[in-house]
Amino acid sequence: MADATSTVQHGEGGTRRDFLELVTWSTVAVGAAALAWPLIHQMNPSADVLALASTEVDLSKVPEGSSIKVVWRGKPVFVRHRTAAEIEAAEKVDLATLRDPQPDSARVKRPEWLILVGVCTHLGCIPLGTAPSEPRGDFGGWFCPCHGSHFDTAGRIRKGPAPANLVVPPYTFLSDSVVRIG
Amino acid sequence: MAREAPPLVLQSPTLRWIEHRLPIIGFGYQHLVAYQTPRNLNYWWNFGSLAGICLMLQIVTGIVLAMHYTPHVAHAFDSVEHIMRDVNWGWFLRYAHANGASMFFIVVYIHIFRGLYYGSYKAPRELLWMLGVVILLLMMATAFMGYVLPWGQMSFWGATVITNLFSAIPLFGESIVTWLWGGFTVDNPTLNRFFSLHYLLPFVIVAVVFLHLVALHTHGSNNPVGIDLGKKDKIPFHPYYTVKDMFGLAVFMIVFAAFVFFAPNVLGHPDNYIPANPLVTPPHIVPEWYFLPFYAILRAITFDILWIIPAKLGGVIAMFASIGVLFLLPWLDTSRVRSARYRPIYRIFFWLLVIDCFVLGYVGSQPPEGWLPTIGLVATLWYFAHFLIVLPILGKLERPLPVPESLSSPVLGRGMAAAPAE
Repeated sequence: MADATSTVQHGEGGTRRDFLELVTWSTVAVGAAALAWPLIHQMNPSADVLALASTEVDLSKVPEGSSIKVVWRGKPVFVRHRTAAEIEAAEKVDLATLRDPQPDSARVKRPEWLILVGVCTHLGCIPLGTAPSEPRGDFGGWFCPCHGSHFDTAGRIRKGPAPANLVVPPYTFLSDSVVRIG
Repeated sequence: MAREAPPLVLQSPTLRWIEHRLPIIGFGYQHLVAYQTPRNLNYWWNFGSLAGICLMLQIVTGIVLAMHYTPHVAHAFDSVEHIMRDVNWGWFLRYAHANGASMFFIVVYIHIFRGLYYGSYKAPRELLWMLGVVILLLMMATAFMGYVLPWGQMSFWGATVITNLFSAIPLFGESIVTWLWGGFTVDNPTLNRFFSLHYLLPFVIVAVVFLHLVALHTHGSNNPVGIDLGKKDKIPFHPYYTVKDMFGLAVFMIVFAAFVFFAPNVLGHPDNYIPANPLVTPPHIVPEWYFLPFYAILRAITFDILWIIPAKLGGVIAMFASIGVLFLLPWLDTSRVRSARYRPIYRIFFWLLVIDCFVLGYVGSQPPEGWLPTIGLVATLWYFAHFLIVLPILGKLERPLPVPESLSSPVLGRGMAAAPAE
């Protein structure tokens, strides 16, 4: 180095060596991050999984008062053809009494069709109540057998440990009898 | 020049607490920082650490690929295409793994020839060398089984040909091959066990590499001069060789990346992008480049030896013996001088051996027609003659150049460059 003393007495900005060290380690960090990303991102859903992200359902085969389960992204989706009494029960609930307050109108596009992701918001079990033989819980909707969560006829949590209402998936009515989920 | 690293001082009470119970920090310090290394190592000594890094890269990319691969004859090929097309960064991971195998072999072959040139296999490093040969064998088995997994035409027929080698064994040959296959041909059971072993063997390699390093650190690295060095000719591994290894790694990664990004299939065979078909053999089967010299030796024996050993068995024996002879090398080379720097005649034979291996590689890559089988046979004979005839005799006849006593006292003849001013 031209000035021998400058290597000993650090200026405010540090020495050339400090700078080189900083640049070297920064480059190493960027390189390591760039190499790590493919190793991490490969575990995210692959293109073929993402391509299977929607499901079409024929509603004409679901009579009033009954419901079905369909598979969307590998998860069950409940499609329920609600009766007038069930719709009325869902609409007249006092929102102040709910853990996750949501009016019935925010949970359906057409009142007679209730479409929900059939996964309990507590720890991921599938609540009972779709088949006629299954218990529907204290509020006439669904009952999760794993830890005892009760859901009403709008799929809202009313009693038990689940923190939130059953999730409403994105969907569109393609016609009066066909809905596309996802 | 700092000749010795300062003793390890742990400031943190937590680290001291750990070190007192589990002296792992001191272990790392002793072997990666303070480790006394010859001060005259040239760039050929970079390839040991590079080989270790290659092994790590293969394990990391391999574990990740196994998350997406399906070891079943009906799905293996498709799952590899799924990795190439659908999995995020899958093409990169697979190309890095496939080319990584080639890079690993390049690095290891250079590492081996470094050992041959500088006599690194001689006392007291015979076991260090032999453990290295064990690693080579394990690498070959791992690479072979890995190449079968994509279940393309070369995978299938490579597996068929290589497993059929064992049918040359007298009496039990056929039963052994059936046992290896788990059936009467290479099929789903074969693919499943190859996948299992391909996942297992790299970790066996890690264990043998550990032993290789224990042996290395017992007597320290050999060096280009090939003499046992005193304390004043050694320097701590860190920072001197950590920095040098990092620089070598950066250069190596440029070459590696060039293959992965610009020529990912140059070292492979297009036939392996055709799904395996047990009813049609490709017109010309060749192994991956790193097996070509051995393949040439296998094909060189086309005649019965002494009316006792049939040609088929002879070829198989010759191929395995070409590695086996390396185990005996420390005793076949009778010269007491390690480095070829001081062995002018050995130096010539060393380069002849290098050329011989390239000739074998070329012969192995071509169909056995015309003069090539003859050239292959001559090259095979030369390969064995080098180890079994030349080395034992040369050690007795050759007059080595004067060898210096230490690096700082370059005596007669061709000495070291002067030590740098301190």
